[in-house]
Amino acid sequence: MKGTESIIRSLIANKTKHVFGFPGGQVIPLYDELLNFEKDLRHVLVRHEQAAAHAADAYARVSGGAGVCLATSGPGATNLVTGIMTAYMDSVPLIALAGNVPTTLLGNDAFQETDMVGITMPITKHNFQIRDPNQINATINKAFTIALNGRPGPVFIDIPKDTQVKEVTKQAPTEKIAGFDPVLQGHPEQIKKAAEMILAAQSPVIIAGGGIIMSNASAELASLSEAFNLPVTTTFMAKSCFNESHPLALGVLGMHGRKVANYAVGEADLLIAIGCRFSDRITGDTKTFAEKAKIIHIDIDSAEIGKNVRADLPIVGDAKNILTELINVMKIKAKKANSPWAEKIKKFRRECDCSFDVKSKPIDPRKIIFELNKALKDTDIVTTGTGQHQMYAAHFLKRSIPRTFISSGGAGTMGYGFPAAIGAKVAKPKSEVVDIDGDGSFAMVIQELATCKEENIKTIPIIFNNSYLGMVRQWQELFFNKRYSGVTLNRTPNFAKVADAYGLKGITVDRESEISKALKEAFKNDETTLLDILVKEESNILPMFSAGAKHTDMFGGCIQNKGELF
Amino acid sequence: MANGNGSNSEKKRRILGLLAEDQPGIIERLAGLFLRRGFNIDTIIAGKTAQEGISHVVVSMNTDSKTLEQVEKQVYKIIEVVKVNDLTENSIIREHCLIKVTSTEQNRKDILNFTQLNGAQVLDANHKSIIVEIVSEPEKIDKFVEALKPFGIKELSRTGINALAK
Repeated sequence: MKGTESIIRSLIANKTKHVFGFPGGQVIPLYDELLNFEKDLRHVLVRHEQAAAHAADAYARVSGGAGVCLATSGPGATNLVTGIMTAYMDSVPLIALAGNVPTTLLGNDAFQETDMVGITMPITKHNFQIRDPNQINATINKAFTIALNGRPGPVFIDIPKDTQVKEVTKQAPTEKIAGFDPVLQGHPEQIKKAAEMILAAQSPVIIAGGGIIMSNASAELASLSEAFNLPVTTTFMAKSCFNESHPLALGVLGMHGRKVANYAVGEADLLIAIGCRFSDRITGDTKTFAEKAKIIHIDIDSAEIGKNVRADLPIVGDAKNILTELINVMKIKAKKANSPWAEKIKKFRRECDCSFDVKSKPIDPRKIIFELNKALKDTDIVTTGTGQHQMYAAHFLKRSIPRTFISSGGAGTMGYGFPAAIGAKVAKPKSEVVDIDGDGSFAMVIQELATCKEENIKTIPIIFNNSYLGMVRQWQELFFNKRYSGVTLNRTPNFAKVADAYGLKGITVDRESEISKALKEAFKNDETTLLDILVKEESNILPMFSAGAKHTDMFGGCIQNKGELF
Repeated sequence: MANGNGSNSEKKRRILGLLAEDQPGIIERLAGLFLRRGFNIDTIIAGKTAQEGISHVVVSMNTDSKTLEQVEKQVYKIIEVVKVNDLTENSIIREHCLIKVTSTEQNRKDILNFTQLNGAQVLDANHKSIIVEIVSEPEKIDKFVEALKPFGIKELSRTGINALAK
């Protein structure tokens, strides 16, 4: 067996069914081998390696398993870097493979050689270079173990060409990784203390983080919330983990989050934070964040506890295990009656709901989200690019099932949405996949229309075309005296015509009455159908708080007062 | 970073001992982590242990207990790192230092006497210079070096702090 066969057999043994990639000189042997495994391993040819990484990343987020991408050495591998970083920031189990020059040439600056192990060190959970074909199987097994367990994250594997073509003579066994032993069970005493704190609290709030989705703990979260009337706000990464139409759902919190969520956190006497890392986009100024609250911080990564905000009660472990234990412990005690706090929250929540019917010309971007709320099934999947459209989605889109809202949170990577939609569709072919995107973001990955066409992958990119790099323009308007610098896109290109050039359907929409019709057509079509929706040029996504400000100092939005209920 | 109270939060020399698998790139992983998370380290040394394939890395830094805790946790996330020990208290702390001192006919005897008095060894001597070795606590080495300065120090090389828990 050659190295290449060992690579592919190892991937398949680790449940890989799809690989997103782009070939080149140092992976030609591996691409040759792919032909021998076409039935078991489908290769999706993208048009830029960054798209391969994003597609594999979204595939992982949607499926709950690992996603695999593949590139050649040098520029092919460096094109993966943004995608690997995106996966790292959002703790996604991505396996990124790249070829390299033969080991005999390593360090000689040979053609298309680059030190990818060095480059990816700060943006991977771990990385490897395989110099011995006998180590291929063990290394790939370890890579999957590391990527998927504990706090998930990307693993990069560098495979020099001679490792690929040499024979595997004596396959090394896969040994246990000595320094990798994630804590999964929460400490029972800490869980008991948490139960006591929750029962004693007058105004508790749960902050659900992305960890809820990763540990598949949505059901446990809902049980805990419902049994004890605990309002739930989610971080951006956790959107979809808790039904956003639930009476106890506060929606997303943070800089562009919902007022009710930020105010509730500001008023809470207890925060139960689960699988979140308190990024600056959530906390604003950490000194004034949740000033009145004691904080229970549950996370699988002990390094996140106490890193950004204080933790009064830390519990290290897997969210699902800990929530299950917590529910067990708390059930012994009496169920808490509906509290005045929960009632207050429910009322204010309705006032913050903002689901009024927006009518305006040009189109208000929120209108598209409201139409999507009507058109989407719960099981359909939404991906996004980065910018205003992403925050409109975070704020106004309603999602109810985990792994149906896929977006680059930590990294804020423009151009993530469209390749992510491709990966999502490959993972869940029966779901419709809508990419909520911006004219700036989408243009960065527009070449992937070819992937959709050639690989017959149906997605629905919806471009919120405001003719600007809208989020930067918004900040320039609000914080730089409206001095617009480098943000004008001027409705270029004509996206529908571009779709047409790729042999796909593109529809330009400039009247709000046409949105639902265009959506219907896109959903009905068998092929990727692009909607270019021309929205109001200078609209702002509000409410928001400024970077580093107190998290309850929000301005704008549909409720102008600071919340008389509090 | 939240601020603790009392003596534990003060900035002082703190030492971590890491047991790590001896893989290529482990020092780069550690150094890169310190750099990008803004942990200022004073010294770092690495060497073999009694167990084959396992290295002992000793890191010293001038910091408070909260930062040290972050460093411990972040370092432990590096896959090759098997164990992390805080060696700040209750450990033997030593450093090794080589010093080349200018020597003349007149002062050679003074240097030799002074060296002997401080428990240092003379490893090499010629008509121009003397190489002295001292193994001691870092503060004592500081003082020793300071005292040698009037003779004229040509070159100096310190290993950084080594430590073992008692």
